[in-house]
Amino acid sequence: MNETHDYSPQQNGPAIRRLETFSYLPPLSSEAIRAQVEYIIARGWTPAIEHTEPAQAAGSFWHMWKLPLFGETRAEAALAEAGACHDAHPGHHVRVIGYDRARQTLGAALVVYRSNVA
Amino acid sequence: MSRDALAKTYSAGVKEYRHTYWEPDYRVKDSDILACFKITPQAGVAREEAAAAVAAESSTGTWTTVWTDLLTDLEYYKGRAFRIEEVPGDPGCFYAFVAYPIDLFEEGSVVNVLTSLVGNVFGFKAIRALRLEDVRFPLAYVMTCGGPPNGIQVERDKLNKYGRPLLGCTIKPKLGLSAKNYGRAVYECLRGGLDFTKDDENVNSQPFMRWRQRFDFVAEAIRKAESETGERKGHYLNVTAPTPEEMYRRAEYAKALGMPIIMHDFLTAGFCANTGLANWCRANGVLLHIHRAMHAVIDRDRHHGIHFRVLAKCLRLSGGDHLHSGTVVGKLEGDRAATLGWIDVMRERLIPEDRARGIFFEQNFGAMPGMFPVASGGIHVWHIPALVSIFGDDSVMQFGGGTLGHPWGNAAGATANRVALEACVEARNRGRQVEREGRDVLAAAARHSPELKAAMETWKEVRFEFDTVDKLDVAHA
Repeated sequence: MNETHDYSPQQNGPAIRRLETFSYLPPLSSEAIRAQVEYIIARGWTPAIEHTEPAQAAGSFWHMWKLPLFGETRAEAALAEAGACHDAHPGHHVRVIGYDRARQTLGAALVVYRSNVA
Repeated sequence: MSRDALAKTYSAGVKEYRHTYWEPDYRVKDSDILACFKITPQAGVAREEAAAAVAAESSTGTWTTVWTDLLTDLEYYKGRAFRIEEVPGDPGCFYAFVAYPIDLFEEGSVVNVLTSLVGNVFGFKAIRALRLEDVRFPLAYVMTCGGPPNGIQVERDKLNKYGRPLLGCTIKPKLGLSAKNYGRAVYECLRGGLDFTKDDENVNSQPFMRWRQRFDFVAEAIRKAESETGERKGHYLNVTAPTPEEMYRRAEYAKALGMPIIMHDFLTAGFCANTGLANWCRANGVLLHIHRAMHAVIDRDRHHGIHFRVLAKCLRLSGGDHLHSGTVVGKLEGDRAATLGWIDVMRERLIPEDRARGIFFEQNFGAMPGMFPVASGGIHVWHIPALVSIFGDDSVMQFGGGTLGHPWGNAAGATANRVALEACVEARNRGRQVEREGRDVLAAAARHSPELKAAMETWKEVRFEFDTVDKLDVAHA
């Protein structure tokens, strides 16, 4: 017989609520985040930065940080904006999204700064 | 016989179909509905005659001349066979291409199209076997159909899920659970990290679990999982029912509970019911998952029936937001190139002719939304690298046994699948070849996830490597 294992809901408690894509992986390193932003740019999508109070994270609309970075082809520029957003709103979650205008959707969305505030 | 002669004289009797219905010089119109049939004629029947017979019997013709033929403009209304091709590697049959004027079909009615194209003609004695391989619906006809009630983009926005395939699980055992125990299984899957759970198609409203109790307990499970995880969740509540009235009653109750998605079996319930339900979903903002029970009866035989790409095309016109597509890698039938072909039929706006994928005609869906292909059946974490490569982001991967069979239970099984999926997407986005490097990608992810490690150990020996029965037609060396 297999050894069973308690799988407590505590590990899904409010302090570590999930935030969609990549939130079941360990926190991405800055190198890994850069690779994802480079992917967004390489696909021809427009990177943009959004942030939210953690309590409002489940909503469809987070706050925009400036406008989407139309025409931006340097990952470091998008990462710098994400960092500036985080500095201005240290208690907020910050995510990078990739607007795919051809398909009128987001090709990517990943949280790059995660607030520890529940 | 020329049109003028038809107009002047009537002579009773039987004449060969090819005199009227074989037109190799015909110039196809943009508005024609085109069909490619694979015909296996009876011995001694000429190919042109067999092709013309199929065109006749699926359009205006019958076995004998009738005087009322002379009261209409048959030259305008008839279908005609206009091309014959060899089937590679299969000399006993051939492809016949038939063009039908759009006026032969009621607008927005997949029902009407199928009644003609795959109606009496399939029992025709001069034909040993007949298979509808592909249909080109002209954009003028596509525009008369409702199509998917929401579509891929709208579903992503409603569920707030981007940049990855979605994850589901069919609740098992598929029959016999009470509603509360069933809701428990749903909750455990969703809290562990799945986006969806699914009613098995056999679950309708049996004595052991009536639909209303199932809907109530599933709704509670979804709300609890959403509040714990902070993510949006759904369960495909199967509203397939004995009558349309009952189907709508169940759909209305799912909506009243605030459920985001319902489910329907389009072949056993039929296209009339399906199109009506899709219209209801569009009007009520509910997503529609489509199961395909009975499809293999219709599409598996290489010489007789309807190819699945045609069923998929018809369903996209009738309406559905998800459709089961096969997995290529799991326990159920599906050739890889052919599967890629019908995945395109589900998702793309313009599908070019591509014989290497079994696509006989260019198909333009215009602005009609696409559907998520659903990969389901005998798949588990080891298949995820290949599934990400084959299906890309716009797909739903469903692990039934591959979630519920985890040694620590559903929630851990769900987490294992979610971790494996996210690891593969993350690696793919970095430019890694996840199908080839899948073992390394999963092993690295398992170092941080004991759930994934346990899943990989549980299923490492399972393979489904039987030969495909319904292969694409290619010459064999």
